[in-house]
Amino acid sequence: MTPKKKKSRTQKIRIAPFVAIFIFLVCGAIGISLGEPSRVLEQARQVCLSCIGIG
Amino acid sequence: MDLVRKWVQALFFLVTNGYWNFPLTRGIYQGPLKVICSPGLNCYSCPAATSYCPLGALQQLLGGIRLAIENGQFYVGFYVIGAMGAIGSFVGRMVCGWACPFGLFQELLHKIPSPKFGIWRPLRYMKYLILLFMVILLPLFAVDAFGLGSPWFCKYLCPAGTLEAGFPMLILQPSLRANLGLLFYNKVFFLVFFLAWAVLASRPFCRTACPLGAFYALFSKIKLVKLRLDPEKCTHCKACHSVCPMGVHFNESPEDMECISCLACSKACNFNAITLEIGGVAVTNQRPCRPEKAFPQHQ
Repeated sequence: MTPKKKKSRTQKIRIAPFVAIFIFLVCGAIGISLGEPSRVLEQARQVCLSCIGIG
Repeated sequence: MDLVRKWVQALFFLVTNGYWNFPLTRGIYQGPLKVICSPGLNCYSCPAATSYCPLGALQQLLGGIRLAIENGQFYVGFYVIGAMGAIGSFVGRMVCGWACPFGLFQELLHKIPSPKFGIWRPLRYMKYLILLFMVILLPLFAVDAFGLGSPWFCKYLCPAGTLEAGFPMLILQPSLRANLGLLFYNKVFFLVFFLAWAVLASRPFCRTACPLGAFYALFSKIKLVKLRLDPEKCTHCKACHSVCPMGVHFNESPEDMECISCLACSKACNFNAITLEIGGVAVTNQRPCRPEKAFPQHQ
């Protein structure tokens, strides 16, 4: 294998991470369209007593 | 590089816990930033927290899924899983090494002079069981008479919640002390256990019990930013073994699910065999090889 070919093989751009990031961004967008952020915000604004072992 | 990493960890700690008005308000931050996902384990009931904990939010959503659907609201966790998955696909467990406040705390504890021990490797699989059962299945299926599930991991195990939220809230709101019981003492036990263990072993909670780390570990093969081993440069000198805080033998398993990309092995390698890559393209500078450091000549 020539050095040029070898370098092109090692520097090959991987597609899988971009596909995965895209899929999860779409997943997040679906969540936003369903109104989940408002529910998350509602939860995060309250002290979850059972979460911290008090309630 | 380790100093840079410490500064980045401190920066993330301050950004995700940036509400310093809490001693005056005696409550938690309630602003709009809390719609943003914290990449690391950072309890959103911490008075200073400015973002939500993905594990806490996911358990709450799964626990309330029946009621939400009955009310025509399809809150099934897409938003939270989307955020966690995007972070995982981008950097994976690099979050653990660079952006997790509880990881930073364990690293600082490990600097306390004491005898140091390793961690039995099969214990690493426990965190996947915790993710499956305490974060997903139990909140989803172990429901009360009203159809509500509990955040099992937060309620019974999470030491970060006890440290960052439990104790501060007890100080800020003394009336809460009347509610202390077995639940709290159980959480304090786990907190003390993991903190004591962190003095003796490197990052024990991350390696054995953190479900967020377990989730990010699922992306170890496909994440965008990762470390790469050049097998032609590697001499199997094992310099990377002793420096790894997660007990990874990088030259033997370069895509190990435990790797937090802290770059300690890259720095320790005298043959430039370990580089950081983004999407397949190497980005770290190639240093001159230093074989004399790996194999010092006898005087």
